This record gives sequence, C-alpha cells and structure tokens, in this order.
Amino acid sequence: MKKLNKFSGNTVLLLITIVLFIGMYAAGCVIYSAKGFTHVQTFLNLLITNAGLICVACGMTCVMLTGGIDISVGSLIAMDCMILAYGMGVKGWPCIPLIILILVIGLIFGAVQGYLIGYLKIQPFIITMAGMFFARGMTAVICTDQISITQDMNPMFYKWANAKINLPGFLGYVNKKGKTVVPFIRPTVVIALLVVAIIFFVLKYTKFGRNLYAVGGNQQSATMMGLNVKATKMKAYILSSFLCSIGGICYCLNTMSGSVQQALGFEMNAIASSVIGGTLLTGGVGNVIGSLFGVLINGTISTLVTTNGKLLSSWSNIMTAALLCFFIILQSLFAYFKNRNNR
Amino acid sequence: MDPIKRITKQQLFLPFFCLLIVLLINLIKSPTFFNIGIQHGVLYGRLIDILNRGSEIAILAVGQTLVVAVSAGTDISVGSVMSLSACGTCMMLAGYGVNSTTQLAVPMGIGILFGIFLGGLCGAMNGALVAKLKIQPMVATLILFTAARAIGLLLCNNQITYIRYEPYKYLGNFIPGCPIPTAIFVTIAVIAIVSILLRKTALGLYIQSAGINSRAARISGINSAMICFVCYVICGLCAGIAGMVASSRIYSADSNNIGLNYELDAILAVALGGNSLGGGKFNLAGAVVGAYTIQAITTTLLAMGVSTDQAPVIKAIIVIIIVVVQAPTFKEWIANTEAKRKALAAEGGQKA
Repeated sequence: MKKLNKFSGNTVLLLITIVLFIGMYAAGCVIYSAKGFTHVQTFLNLLITNAGLICVACGMTCVMLTGGIDISVGSLIAMDCMILAYGMGVKGWPCIPLIILILVIGLIFGAVQGYLIGYLKIQPFIITMAGMFFARGMTAVICTDQISITQDMNPMFYKWANAKINLPGFLGYVNKKGKTVVPFIRPTVVIALLVVAIIFFVLKYTKFGRNLYAVGGNQQSATMMGLNVKATKMKAYILSSFLCSIGGICYCLNTMSGSVQQALGFEMNAIASSVIGGTLLTGGVGNVIGSLFGVLINGTISTLVTTNGKLLSSWSNIMTAALLCFFIILQSLFAYFKNRNNR
Repeated sequence: MDPIKRITKQQLFLPFFCLLIVLLINLIKSPTFFNIGIQHGVLYGRLIDILNRGSEIAILAVGQTLVVAVSAGTDISVGSVMSLSACGTCMMLAGYGVNSTTQLAVPMGIGILFGIFLGGLCGAMNGALVAKLKIQPMVATLILFTAARAIGLLLCNNQITYIRYEPYKYLGNFIPGCPIPTAIFVTIAVIAIVSILLRKTALGLYIQSAGINSRAARISGINSAMICFVCYVICGLCAGIAGMVASSRIYSADSNNIGLNYELDAILAVALGGNSLGGGKFNLAGAVVGAYTIQAITTTLLAMGVSTDQAPVIKAIIVIIIVVVQAPTFKEWIANTEAKRKALAAEGGQKA
C-alpha cells in the first residue's frame, strides 16, 4: 500500500516526462524523417547543444530541492562566456587560468547569494534576480561588443571545442556519396553526463544530498532534527553557481563567443527542465535524471522548431513556457489531491 | 521622541532621502541641472526629463506595489507584458505583417484599448496561477516573463512595426500646444484612479489584510483569492498602459527592447518606497517617489557615461542593500549589538 502511494505522486510526473519525450521524439522522427531526424547524430546533437543546460539544470534541481530558486544562471553564463572570450580574444591570456578564474567566480557568486538567502532569510527570487541583473551588467562592463574566439587566439581552446569523440561505426549511416558517417560527441557531453552522474550520486547517497531533501520537505522538522538549514541552503546555492560556471564553459565551447545578449532567458529553460523533470517548486521532491529528460524535451522542442524552418525561433520560447505552465498546473493538481487524501 | 527620529521613522523618509542625495550629487556635478527652459514651445530640462522618462516606472510601480502587498511576491513579467501590449497595439493599428504605416487600419482608440486589454489578460493569467493554483508568484510570472516577449514578436511578424501617424506620438511625447509631456498626465491619471479605488472602496484594506495573513482574512469573510486576482489584473493593466507610453515614444513596437529590465526598476521602486517585499502594509506614494528616484539615478548614471547595459550593476547593488537592511535577521542583529553596547555601558557605569 505504501509503495502504491509513493508511486502515485512523484513517479507519475517523471513517467509523464519520459513518455512525453519519447512521444515528441517519435513524432519528430515520423514528420521530419526526410530531414535526418532519425539519425543517431540528431539525438547526439541534442546532447551537444544542450551540454551547458544539463549542467545548469542539475544545479537548479539542487536549489529547487531546498524550496528555493536561482534565476541568475543565464546571466552568469553570459558573464562566464564574456570573461573567456575577452580574456582569450582581447587580452590573449591562456585558457586554463581563465577557466579556474571562472570556477572561483562561480563559487564566490554562489556564496554571496547563498549567504544572503540562507543566513539573512531574504527571498531567493529577489536576491537571485539582483544577481541576474548584476551579472548581465558586469558582462557589459567587461565589454559591450560581441567577441568571437578564433583558432589563432587560442589554439588549445579551439582544439577542445572541435574535438570529436567517435562512437562505434554501426550507429552511423551511409550518406549520399556512399560514405559511412560515424556519429560523434564532443567533450562537453562527457562533462555534462559526468555532472549528472555525480549529482545523482550526491543526492542519493551522501549526507549533503539527504539534507537537501530534508530542508525542502519540511524546514521546521529539519531544524528540529538538528540539521543546519542555513548552511545547507547556502551550500545549495554555491553548488548551483559552481555547476553554472561549468555549464558556462560548456556553453562557451559550443558558441565560441561572448556577448551581452548571450544566454538570454536561459534561467527559464533551466527551471522549465527541472520542473518538467518532476522537481516540485515547493521543494523536497525531484531528481536529476528527471531534469536530464527535461533538458532533452526542451532541446527537442527547439530542434523541431529549427528543423521545420518556417516557424519563427520565438515559437520554441512560447512552447517551453506553455509546457512549463502545463507541468506547474499538473503539480499543483497533484498537491491538491494529496492534500484531499490526507484530510 | 526627538524630532529627528520622528522624521526618519516616516515611511516616506527613505525614498525622499535617496532622491535628495541623487539630486544633490547632480547639483554639485553640474549646476545647470535644475534649469528649466522652454524650447519649441515645450518645457525642457533635466528635471522635466526625469519626470517624463520616469512615467513608465511610476505606472509599473503602482501595480507592482499592490502585487507585492497582497502576495508577498513580485510580478517579474511586467517588462515583457509592456512589450507584448505595445506589439498588440501596433499590430492592430498597422494590420498584421505591415512593418510601417501612415494609415491606421482601425481607429487609434481601439488599438490602444486592445493593448491595455492584452496587459489585463496577462495579469489575469498571472493572477489565476497565483491566486487559484497557489503557485509562487515569481514562478508563475516567470512563464510570461519569457513567453510574452516571444508572443509579441509573433504578433509583429518578427519585425519592428512603425506607426508613422502623428496622433499616435502624442501619448509619449507632447500634445501640440501643451508644454508638459503627456506621459506625466497619464501617470497622474493612473495614480489618481488607483488611489481613489483604494481610498473610496474597501479594496486597500482588503489587500492589506490578505497580504498580512491571507488565511485570517479568508476566515473573517474576505475573498483573499479574488483580491489577489484583482491585484494581478491591475498590475497587468498598468503594464499595458506603460507599454502604450513606451511604444508611443518611439512610435513603433520593438519587442526586443521595450520594457527591457523594467521589472527590476519597478521592484526597486517598490522597495525604495519603504514597502516591505514581504507583503502586508503598503504605501503607494512611497513607491511613486521611489520610481522617480530610480529614474533620477538612471539619468545621472547615463549622464556620467555609464551605458544602459551597465546600469543594472549599480541598481542590483542598491536592491541588495535595501533588502538586506529590511531583512528581519539583520534588524535583529543590529538591535542585539545595540543592546549589548548599552549593557556594556551600564556595566561600566556601575563599576565606576
């Protein structure tokens, strides 16, 4: 009986997500089979383009588990990309120190936000919104132009960005010229999947992970159990900003440029991915596997829109927002029925 | 209570104080700051400029104050909704897919009403999500924060729609023969209507009681959900009106740029006006003064050569400072240190 009860709420949300993804992808395969949607590479491209988003969504899930939210991620990514592009493109600095700098900035950024939210108990939305505008503004302070990273500027970074990891040949297909095209992934995908695996492990098997669930589930009971709620919240925001920095590097490896307008609305995609993946906005429920599927759904929507070719790109924004709306309503309906059953 | 403390305890003290400081800095930097002249039959000067350009923020702040008071959360979609309603109006006036027109497709009044109606519709959607489905306000409004701008782009067929029709420019500029910018009148009208609504009906009281304790309000017979919904609709309508003004200024609908970063300004105005972002009691006048203070800060920054992209850095820092000072934990900490200091002083006195 207990198992059934557990099944009804959270797993259903995750199941809906997975079914939705498979359904959408299958529909894409049927409609756009002539445009190469059925190739394995299309699916891998989904991972390649969304590697940054996967990292960010993992961080977002951790924050949302505590019942908070972090909307500074998009701007933070823009700032990271700008630092990389400006450092390498204009100043000619090597890339390893820059990457370390970005990771440190992520830690500090998260620590400040986390302190204000955890210890001073200010609403997470206000603080991270201030952080969002701060980071976006700082991007403009560094440089207002769009900078591209070319091969001459930093051969090493360029090599990373264009490195291919080939998969076994039988997954490939034969193109019009009779050549076999072997599917490949980029190093960013490995980083992203590694992040998912680590966060999955952390949430499931470590003390910190269990604390996140406890704080989000019921803050008062968590305090009474002797958990350090403030520190846990602060750590969650540090983790989010740190993962966001890793995501920023992946994002930059994809786009190879930095500009003020980059990653606009990225926070929305990250939040949508987590919510679609079954993470409750009220906290305490969710996992990163769901978020991974959320990201894939997000990516499928934009791939469908671009494959169509006739639709405006703003359609993918609208679709994501509509899907987010749908899942939020679904969540509150689940909460409503749960409440009614408990009564 | 000594007179200084009585003044600083006033809710309007903070916004006026900030405004005074900003104006003072400007006066020192350029003594011509307060000059007001008449050029081409209209008033001209920095102060007029601040009053004029601050209109959108003031209008948004009015709606935002109510939302903050009733739901302890903010509506972050206002900037996007501004852009959506501007696009809606221009689409109606020019006809779908036309990117520049001198002839209106429908009467101007209908177009403007349609734009404001779109704003109200967005507000109603936010309100339904927050009031009925009990979703955190910021998550609910996040949906339109992203979607509204995109929908606006769709309405305008992904281009900037220009309305080259003289009367359409009146709203954001000047009516011929009147030296005062029209936007100031619009702002005054909005503030007047909302304050009459709050003063003459029980709405203001209801909003406060629903904001302080929504359950207690419901038990005492107030339809909290309805009040919350109404506040979001008013906020949406305000965003629609602000969108009209912003669109009329540039006689076009530029979906990507109208209302960009305005949500931060509106929230900042509310916080600066001495309103707690935790909901409950509110002060409309404070928010309006706060809005003009923000505009004064923006104008000063721009005059100092800071670009519009960079200005959010300073505003973000101001927001953080205000919310930290407002935070109960911080106040407690200050009170504790004060008490400790007094206790130490008393101990020292006894020993001596």
